[in-house]
Parts: sequence; structure tokens; C-alpha cells
Amino acid sequence: MNDTPQNTLLKTLPLDALHRELGGKMVPFAGYEMPVQYAMGVKGEHLHVREKAGLFDVSHMGQAFLTASDHAEAASAIETLVPGEIAGLSPGRIRYTVLLADDGGVLDDLMITRTEEDGKLFLVVNAATKDADFALIEEKLAGRAKLDVLGRSLLALQGPLAHTVIGALDPMAPEMPFMSMRHTQLEGIPVTLSRCGYTGEDGYEISVANSDAEALARRLLAHEDVAPIGLGARDSLRLEAGLCLYGHDLTEADTPVSAAITFAIGKRRRQEGGFPGAERILRELKEGCEAVRVGLRPLGRAPAREGVEVRSAEGEVIGAVTSGGFGPTFDAPVAMGRVEARFAEPGTVVHLMVRGKPMEAEVVRLPFVPQRYYRGAR
Amino acid sequence: MMKFTKSHEWVRPEGGIVTMGITTHAAEALGDVVFVELPDVGKSFDKGAEMAVVESVKAASDVYAPVSGEVVEVNSAIVDAPEQVNEGPEEGAWFVKLKLKDESELESLMDEAAYKAQLSDE
Repeated sequence: MNDTPQNTLLKTLPLDALHRELGGKMVPFAGYEMPVQYAMGVKGEHLHVREKAGLFDVSHMGQAFLTASDHAEAASAIETLVPGEIAGLSPGRIRYTVLLADDGGVLDDLMITRTEEDGKLFLVVNAATKDADFALIEEKLAGRAKLDVLGRSLLALQGPLAHTVIGALDPMAPEMPFMSMRHTQLEGIPVTLSRCGYTGEDGYEISVANSDAEALARRLLAHEDVAPIGLGARDSLRLEAGLCLYGHDLTEADTPVSAAITFAIGKRRRQEGGFPGAERILRELKEGCEAVRVGLRPLGRAPAREGVEVRSAEGEVIGAVTSGGFGPTFDAPVAMGRVEARFAEPGTVVHLMVRGKPMEAEVVRLPFVPQRYYRGAR
Repeated sequence: MMKFTKSHEWVRPEGGIVTMGITTHAAEALGDVVFVELPDVGKSFDKGAEMAVVESVKAASDVYAPVSGEVVEVNSAIVDAPEQVNEGPEEGAWFVKLKLKDESELESLMDEAAYKAQLSDE
């Protein structure tokens, strides 16, 4: 057993003191000191989110407004960088899409919301990539749209009881459609409330001023069904839900096609193109690509972690695991990987080279645990 | 008497046979153990060699041979039920019994007081 060395020069979150008070075990992540787990432990926290509701501090992520003269202009500006349908978004609706490099490689995945205010989009991007993302957007959209990076906190409340917890503070919240956003107040605290998340469960992300974040977090944690959840469970939850972690399952070497997130490309955009790498991406949509992201279910008990080599049953190297671990709800090891397209068919048996030994695994359809997003009246 | 390694294994020597496992501190640091891989009986290890693997939801960790010796017995109960490692790391959830090759190696291990002092320094 070895201990990992401590990094220095880490930024702290606005809620740093609260995490420590709650018993959070702090680790370096994306340049921040962040809680990897609390007293309950990763497995307990994971199961708690699937059964009740968990509070995550995701304030390390980047938040910004992108503003132009009107929605048509803001949308056509950002659509030069992303393949998602933004022009057709209704006010208050959120879209998941990707920021593309000139060659069609994925620079980041992000959420874009059309706010109720005409010409104003709300962007949420990954922590490790936020500086580069925002610099690129500013540079490419200079003169067309203005980017305002926000120094705000972002909390996520996720799980099947999230709607009752938020509903007690905001009666309209339980009826909000999945992937929609409203400006509202939670016990007098102004927030931007989005019905979305990254656990596969129903839930909300709450953008709040740093000065109000602790009061809001304490108010939510006071509910008996809410527990604080660290990065460890965030990772196992999103992995079971089949969702990509940027920098691992989704990198600049991927297109949305190879990463199997073609839903990030709008229908109209597939006809019109007009996004970076459109020629390559539209060709891949038609013809496929050499390697693709798949779900991998180890048939034994050994987890296969990131970097594990994937071989065909005949022993040739066909790819690698991009994320892997143990799924507490699935109650077995779970993984995702990038494999040559001819081995991507669900049911294909492959070998994962764990500590030099081949372990059988099956290519499976994702997710491992069904997503339970809110789809209208319960 | 129990002795300890810097890498958080414990050993209990008894007439030339050493029972070993991971410490309570190690089990707590790992979190929920979901997988244990033990060596085959009959295999020999040098002191400090990677001998077993223990994995939690979060991560995989190597377990090192605390002394040199040959594996004479393994605790397959913790392979079938890895959570036992969290429940009783220094009692029921032993990993391996080794036939001690060189008794003097035990001298280099820490007693409980020295191990506790190391933990408080970490």
C-alpha cells in the first residue's frame, strides 16, 4: 500500500471549510482541493444517491454567460464551435453538446442553456478545460458575442428524492421539465436552477453566488434524506450511467462519433454542417470510424481500471479501458473503453489485460444502470 | 505479538509460520473493498515483493510480502466476500500464511507503538 504524494498550489472551493467540517477527505482534482468522500464512504454515498438524494459541490466547473444582440446571433455564433442545435432551443431549455477543434476533435463537453433573457446563453464546462474553453470562445467569437465568466458556486442535488427536497423550497421545481432552467429563489436565496445532472438520476444543478453557497448547502443538508457526496461516488455514478468523463472516455482524439455521443449533434446541423470538422464528422456519421467507445462488462470480479489493454479473444490488441471500476448499484465491475469498431457489437467477448492476465469481458450497451431522468408527470 | 510494516501490512508470527493481512488504517484508507486477489499456495516471495492485490470502489492497491517466505495457506473467504477486509482487517480477514524463510527479518518490522507513531507522522 502506497500513499500518494500531496500536490501543492491547489485552489480551494468556496465551500472548503464546510467540506472539512463534514469530514470530507480532500484530494487534488483539476487544480482544486476537493472532497473525494465523506464519512459514509464511496459505496455508501453512491447507494444513497440512487435511493435518496445527494449534494455535490461542483463549483470547480466553469460557468459563463455568452451574450449577443439577440438569440439568433448568440446561437449562430456558438454554433460555429459546437455541433448542437442551439438556434432551435426554446427559452429556458438546456442542451448537451461538445466544443470542437478545427479537425472535429472534442475539446470539451458542455451544457448550453438558452436563458429567458434574449441573446443570453449560459454555459457550464469542465474544470480542467475551462480556461482553454473560455479563451477559445472569446477569441473565436470576438466582435459577435461577449463572454462573461462567472465566479459563482455550483451545487448539484441528485437522486430520486431531489425533487421533493427542492420542491419544499420551490413548489414549481418538481414540475420543471428535464433539461430546463429557471431563475428562482430558494428560501430567499436567488439561484439559477437547472433540472439536469451527471449521475443518471433525476436532479438539479444550482448556480448560486459564492456568498450564499454555504447557507444554501446547509439548508439542503439539513433535510434528512440528503447526504454530502464526494468525487469518488460522482465518478462511479456517472460510469454506471454510461456518461463520459472528459479527458478519459472523451478526448481531443475523439469526435462525437467515435465517443458514441452523436446525440450531441443536432438534426439540422447534420444537414447543414457549419461546425469545426464538419466534413470529417458527417462522413463518420455515415461510414463509421475506426475505433469507438463501448461499455465493457468484466465477467469476473476484478475491476479493470483506466489504461487496461483490451484484446480480442484471439489475443490481438484492439483498444484500451478509458474508465473502469466497481459499480455499487450494478454490484459488479463496470468499465468503458475505446475498441476497434469491428469489436464494438454488444455481446462480443474481449479480454481485459488486468495485471498481465487476460480477464474475459463482454461488450455491452450502455448504461449499466438505467437512467431515471424526469420525463413528465409521475 | 503483532508486528507492522511501513506499507501497512501486519504480521503475526507463530512457530515459523507468519499470518499476515492489512492494517485497520489501510482498510479505512482504501474504503469499501470490492476485490481481493491472493497468490497461489506454494509460491515464494521476497520481502517487499508484490504479493496480493486489494481493490476498493476508488482504486487498486498492491499488498507486499512483509517477510520472505513461501505461501502455505490463503484466506479464500476474503476473495468470496471482500467486505470482510473492512469488517475485521486485523482479525478474521487475514490474507496469507507464509513459511518464514529468515527469522531475523522479523526484527526489522515495527511493533505496535512504532507503527502508531508512523501513522501520526503521516
